[in-house]
Amino acid sequence: MPINYYIFLSLTLFTIGIVGILIRRNAIIVFMCIEIMLNAVNLLLVAFSKMHHLQGAAAMPTAGTDGQIFVFFIMVVAAAEVTVGLAIIVMMFRNIHSIDINFLNRLKH
Amino acid sequence: MGVTQILFWILSVLAVFSALMVVASKNPVYSVLWLILIFFAISGLYLLLNAQFLAIVNIIVYAGAIMVLFLFVIMLMNLNRDNEPQKNKWMKFAGIVSGGCLLLVLVAALKNAETKSAVAEMGTGNIGLIENLGKALFNDYVIPFEISSVLFLSAMVGAVVLGKKEASQNSSSGES
Repeated sequence: MPINYYIFLSLTLFTIGIVGILIRRNAIIVFMCIEIMLNAVNLLLVAFSKMHHLQGAAAMPTAGTDGQIFVFFIMVVAAAEVTVGLAIIVMMFRNIHSIDINFLNRLKH
Repeated sequence: MGVTQILFWILSVLAVFSALMVVASKNPVYSVLWLILIFFAISGLYLLLNAQFLAIVNIIVYAGAIMVLFLFVIMLMNLNRDNEPQKNKWMKFAGIVSGGCLLLVLVAALKNAETKSAVAEMGTGNIGLIENLGKALFNDYVIPFEISSVLFLSAMVGAVVLGKKEASQNSSSGES
């Protein structure tokens, strides 16, 4: 499959994530859009890793392994981030009884 | 057009449609369910790229752990109803237009990139198998692996500290 298709698919998913963050006010859905963006980047990393494997397999049999290791670490960091983020959302809901992120502008006063 | 290409297109359309539905759904529970569909579609794309370890890890970590956490929080806070206040329509419009502009710029910039003729290897190559990735992870990437375990520990402690109910609500204002 040409790498261009993977690039465009990842760009589309990433843009949908950004639009979701911009237009939705629900904190949980904003989190989900961040997950969509992380997954788009992961997909692109895996596609590039396979592209480099095809190009450099003659010189080094394990060319492209680093990209997939990076995807693994991105998943690890995303899991930790979601844990803390959801804890923050629960605390916010407990304090202001809403998860609308418009209410968070009291931080600036 | 082989079966691999057909599967690629089906999974791509499924992922994009599910992403749109995540953003468009009014009910957060439906958003989570569509998000699970995205993760399965992306795992299918990993499988087509012969990255089997990442496909399984994606399903276990995302669809198994993170989505359960999301659903648990939504159910716990009884958010499964449409209570999102109606935003300004022009703000929504501006968000969509700016996202579209970003997509346009990125596609225009990358359309004629030098990787135009490059091809991602599908179905062959064993760098995505668990043997190769395990060797790389435990030979070259041992230090980041151990640091990520410390990160998990600190995330767990942080979640517990943030999530526990304060024993005395009013006595200490600057708690934790």
